[in-house]
Amino acid sequence: MAIQMLYFAWVRERVGVAEERVDPPAAVTTVAGLVDWLAGLDEAHAAAFVDRTRLRAAVDQAFVAFDASIVGAREIAIFPPVTGG
Amino acid sequence: MIHVVVQRTPIDLTVELARAEVAGAGAIATFTGLVRADDGVETMELEHYPGATEAALRVVADTAVARWNLQAATIVHRVGPMGPGERIVFVAATAPHRAAALDACAYLIDRLKTDAPFWKRETRAGAASWVEARATDDAAAARWAE
Repeated sequence: MAIQMLYFAWVRERVGVAEERVDPPAAVTTVAGLVDWLAGLDEAHAAAFVDRTRLRAAVDQAFVAFDASIVGAREIAIFPPVTGG
Repeated sequence: MIHVVVQRTPIDLTVELARAEVAGAGAIATFTGLVRADDGVETMELEHYPGATEAALRVVADTAVARWNLQAATIVHRVGPMGPGERIVFVAATAPHRAAALDACAYLIDRLKTDAPFWKRETRAGAASWVEARATDDAAAARWAE
């Protein structure tokens, strides 16, 4: 099922787009699995997702850990640790 | 009353303080964050996750209101480009007494820093770099765990 991906800050810069629609295989069921699959798409994605310890994720706008399920998700965001305030 | 706003326009302290002064209140504690000019920063740009940011800030404000029985909670956060000395963030906690207002104000800014999806990019001498998250911010937020 197609998922709307959103990227922010340096993740957005490295991937090269702010958003894209992707259609991972059904075997991809977690955020970690999705990031692995995205990293295999091309060099830009690989560069963005090389260091998982510097990445955070949100599934349908809720912050989640990398072992969270993405089954049925419509929007998934990948971004660096937040630095507001 | 809860007032949560993410805006590109400058933060007007007169307007925000007046909004925080609700009838029957006894104390207002506020925190204002400014763009620091002391390390060569020429511009600071704030990026955010529209929709998710407002939702995260509302959770922070709702939690503070419930925990300290606040009469009002205000969070106003700036996004987009700004210069040294400009206000990035303003929070206010309105309560019957000072202890609740002061604690809730600290909670609002501490949790905002770790829970809301904002990212800072600084430009120095024409070169832009993303600000790294700090472990001290995680520690400040963690002290409010119940």
